[in-house]
Amino acid sequence: MSFYLAFLKVIGLLAVTAPVALGFGFLGAMAARSHIAPLRWFGKTYIAIVRGVPDIAFFLFFVIALDQGFEYIRHKVKCPDWDAPIRQGSDFIVCQAAKLPLGTSPEWVHETYGFALAVLTFAIVFGAFAANVLFGGMRAVPRAQLETAEAYGMSRRQTLWRILVPQMWVYALPGLSNLWMVLIKATPLLFLLGIEDIVYWARELGGTKTARFTDYPHGDWRMWYFLFLLVFYLAFTRVSEIVLSRIMIRLAHGQATTAGEAQRKAAA
Amino acid sequence: MSCFQTIQDYGLRSLGIGERLLPRSDFTLCEHFVLIGSGMIWNIYFGIVALLLGFFLATALAVAKASPRRILRKPAEWFIFLFRGSPLFIQFFFAYFLFLNLKSQYPVFSPFTAAWLGALIVLFLNTAAYSGEIFYGALRSIPKGDVEAADAYGMTGWPRFRRIVWPTMLRLAWPAYTNEAIFLFHATTLVFFSGFPAWQQRGDALYYASYFADKTFNPFVPYPILAGYFILFTLVVVTVFGLINRRLNRHLPQERRTKMRFRPNLIR
Repeated sequence: MSFYLAFLKVIGLLAVTAPVALGFGFLGAMAARSHIAPLRWFGKTYIAIVRGVPDIAFFLFFVIALDQGFEYIRHKVKCPDWDAPIRQGSDFIVCQAAKLPLGTSPEWVHETYGFALAVLTFAIVFGAFAANVLFGGMRAVPRAQLETAEAYGMSRRQTLWRILVPQMWVYALPGLSNLWMVLIKATPLLFLLGIEDIVYWARELGGTKTARFTDYPHGDWRMWYFLFLLVFYLAFTRVSEIVLSRIMIRLAHGQATTAGEAQRKAAA
Repeated sequence: MSCFQTIQDYGLRSLGIGERLLPRSDFTLCEHFVLIGSGMIWNIYFGIVALLLGFFLATALAVAKASPRRILRKPAEWFIFLFRGSPLFIQFFFAYFLFLNLKSQYPVFSPFTAAWLGALIVLFLNTAAYSGEIFYGALRSIPKGDVEAADAYGMTGWPRFRRIVWPTMLRLAWPAYTNEAIFLFHATTLVFFSGFPAWQQRGDALYYASYFADKTFNPFVPYPILAGYFILFTLVVVTVFGLINRRLNRHLPQERRTKMRFRPNLIR
């Protein structure tokens, strides 16, 4: 049962992470092209750092760092009169009330918390990639379009929302669809974050147990489970490719690009 | 214990030379640097060998995929789709358990279950598929005039490929191939997190970084060090590939040379 649930987890993670990462990316791109210098620096650093380092290191780093960060903040708020240092040698000690999730809370809270951390980590990492793509997309919108908007007397904000944002998607979509493929292929890393996902179960169910725990009366099936996962991912990417090319055709409709022009000519 | 002593003890620890036991408590900054740096040996080994071997297979794949003959084209297309469409992580797992199964039947396969050979094969095939696609794209964008000129000089078959098509293909593909090299280099961190065991704790850089993070519960020291090493080696890769790019483009006037764009790192 948990094995089937693991597939739902992967798909759920994708469904939640994709919009959140897109949101992060949008904010990051907006920050990177902001007129306020500190905000711009923040945006550019965010994009640069996440892209320069192996992402798997980020997955390992953020889960602990975020967890400790949350607990640290809660510790400061909830137990102001605690005077022992938080880092005692190699231990990270916060007061009982600041533990996240609380030691007393039921099992599902722990699991949900772990899942939420995973989503947040994925969103931060992929948000940076998305920010880069969207930043490029915003710059690719022809200058003349924006100048026309200004000539019509639109304010900066109006130009942004009515001209720039609707048009940038065509330029950003190839990058974003690439990113989606990458995101699909990154989901097995969930296993590293301690979520019981499909990789975990494939190892667990396929392995032969020792004589004391003869739960699974079969040989070593892990190879077949991983072959199955391989096919699952291949099918998933193939379907996504087809869907994304459909979306691209829709988006290119009526745009000032070669693809849009080709559609116009074909119709005429 | 001085830092020099630490370098003597742990400098080649990832190859099994030096102190057998890893440090267990009271980690110094020096130990972090030395041990993670020692792990980088594996990352460099995987990166360089897989890239060198993969280069030749990638050229063959690109030529096969561009071939008009179905019997050559279809296998190349399938190979590229198989390795580009599924997560590298799952490929590692599958290969490991495949080799494990083969080993139990034919003892010849026993070195394949060790990371130095088994993971190398997976990385080799994987990078061959990715760079094969890059080369294929470059092959299709070779200027028509170049090939026509070769025909006019009476060049056919192998001389035409060796002297005209291949150098131009490399020249066009080189910026993208640089990204692929960086990307492969980052992907080597996955090796010891998939099935392949780190025998006698001889792991790569990320293996040691996560060892420290697990022991100290402090991700803020080992992972930035790891990131520093990777940024350093990424710069080395960029420099070396930049020099090769200069040489490939040496016959062109300054403004027509293909610019290197540093655009690395998405998960595979």
